[in-house]
Amino acid sequence: MINYLPILILFIIAVGFAVTNIGLSAILGPRRPTREKLTPYECGIEPVGTARERFSVKFYLIAMLFVVFDIEVIFLYPWAVVFKSLKLFGFIEMLTFIGIMLVCYFYIWKRGGLEWD
Amino acid sequence: MINASIMTFNILNILPILVLAGFGMIVLVTDVLSSRKWVNRNILAYISLIGIIIAAVLTRSSTGTTLFSFNESFVTDNYSLFFNFIFLLCAGLTILISHNYIKREDINYGEYYALILFSTIGMMLMASGADLLNIYIGLEVMSISIYILTGFKRSKLISNEASLKYFLLGAFATGFLLYGISLTYGTTGAINLKQIASFIAEKGGMSDPLMVIGMGLLIVGLGFKVASVPFHAWVPDVYEGAPTPVTAFMSVGPKAAGFAAFLRIFLTAFGSSHLEWQKIIYILAILTMTLGNVSALSQTNIKRMLAYSSIAHAGYLLIALVSANDMGVSATLFYVLAYIFMNIGAFAIIIVLSRKGDECIQINDYAGLGFKHPLLAIAMTLFMLSMAGVPPMAGFVGKFYIFSAAIKSGYIGLAIIAVINSVISVYYYLRITVIMYMKEPAREFVPLTISPLMVAAIVISVVGTLQLGIFPSKVMEIAQRSILMMR
Repeated sequence: MINYLPILILFIIAVGFAVTNIGLSAILGPRRPTREKLTPYECGIEPVGTARERFSVKFYLIAMLFVVFDIEVIFLYPWAVVFKSLKLFGFIEMLTFIGIMLVCYFYIWKRGGLEWD
Repeated sequence: MINASIMTFNILNILPILVLAGFGMIVLVTDVLSSRKWVNRNILAYISLIGIIIAAVLTRSSTGTTLFSFNESFVTDNYSLFFNFIFLLCAGLTILISHNYIKREDINYGEYYALILFSTIGMMLMASGADLLNIYIGLEVMSISIYILTGFKRSKLISNEASLKYFLLGAFATGFLLYGISLTYGTTGAINLKQIASFIAEKGGMSDPLMVIGMGLLIVGLGFKVASVPFHAWVPDVYEGAPTPVTAFMSVGPKAAGFAAFLRIFLTAFGSSHLEWQKIIYILAILTMTLGNVSALSQTNIKRMLAYSSIAHAGYLLIALVSANDMGVSATLFYVLAYIFMNIGAFAIIIVLSRKGDECIQINDYAGLGFKHPLLAIAMTLFMLSMAGVPPMAGFVGKFYIFSAAIKSGYIGLAIIAVINSVISVYYYLRITVIMYMKEPAREFVPLTISPLMVAAIVISVVGTLQLGIFPSKVMEIAQRSILMMR
């Protein structure tokens, strides 16, 4: 248990640092709100309405599909780095992986997952 | 440097799993092509069945060996092969009873079969996992597929609710399991079950309180999956809301897989310090049996009744875990196999009697069934008697083995409580039989249309229930051989 003492100390310091800083800026910081300052920041574009509205589920679907295929690319990088030492075996292994992803892609495409309407 | 020849050899060990995965993808692709003229969606069930049969043949062919693969994280021994067989049987029977149901309920999508196959893969991974992470991955693959299957009736609110409930609670339970794994890893420095065992043996027991906490959290995570009290609250609602064949599937498959992992983790990794966890499981077993049986008494909905009955059966299986001897392990294998036949059989009858939009799941709906459809009523009676543990059915033999395992380890009090529970359970199982034969029909039974696949499922279940009950020795022998390689 004694081995975990540094972790506990670090934990206390981290929490203490955050609480102190937020607390101090809340107490000491000047507050002169204007209308512009209170509007939500949307990358510099004027907000057109409230953010509390229902989004189409398709946004989430597209986002999930993006993540899945994004991860696929991430898997390709370490493979590419050690490609030479893995030789033919690694190549076949990766072909299988990409084959599975292609099946997924085909399935999503045919099921209409990529269509917006 | 990775040796290619060793890797290919490893791949042979997971061949059944690969075959199932391949067939799962074939099903998906066939399904999206089914708008074409030359593909028919009805063949999907047959494709999945072929995949399951091939996987079963491959599983059969590798019995008698103990092989470790993938850095000792995956083990192929008789124990895992027996469980793989159980999972494949469970998936096969589920597909047989679902074929007509999903067509009738307008949920005939290929994903249904694919998800059943994928979930079976997860279960097989769990049974073969030789380290905690592999077991965890198997559990996730299994659970996520079943979360989706639970909500497969997308237009039905109750199905959605069940799915969401199961998902949220399941994710929570998985969190407990992961905490348990990480604490175990943190204290023992290993995720491999054998290494954990040797670490504990070296230290001469569980000296570190964190290790005990980790083990306790593992019990919570796995206890949720096998539906043991007090982690059972999701069971009735989820079983009721899920499509009936899915209920049949998840009342046996994940439970069997949960016990496969439970036994392997606790008898191999924590085997030397069994006194620590036997007390916990002892209490869990009593609570699970008693609460399951007592709550089942007052149910009027047959799906909820079977849900509580499945909790009670989890309690019996926990007894086998408490006894922690070889007999307990083989009794678990036998009991799970028997439970598949009787439980899926009972759900098959429920599906046969239901119609679109009318699930026919009130117990009183079964009044007079014995006169209208005598064969179905006989089959249902068989399953109910078997679950109640009446000889000469499979359930009796299974309970007999489990209780004797408990007595062999000196848990006579536990065995007595289990027998009392078993007597309580007779009431609600026999009530269905009584209602079927001794009450006037409360409703019209429409002419039934039973597909050949459904007939096959019911016949297999009846034959299995009777055969395991009358000639148990052969299967028991196989089950006993399945534990020898474990340690």
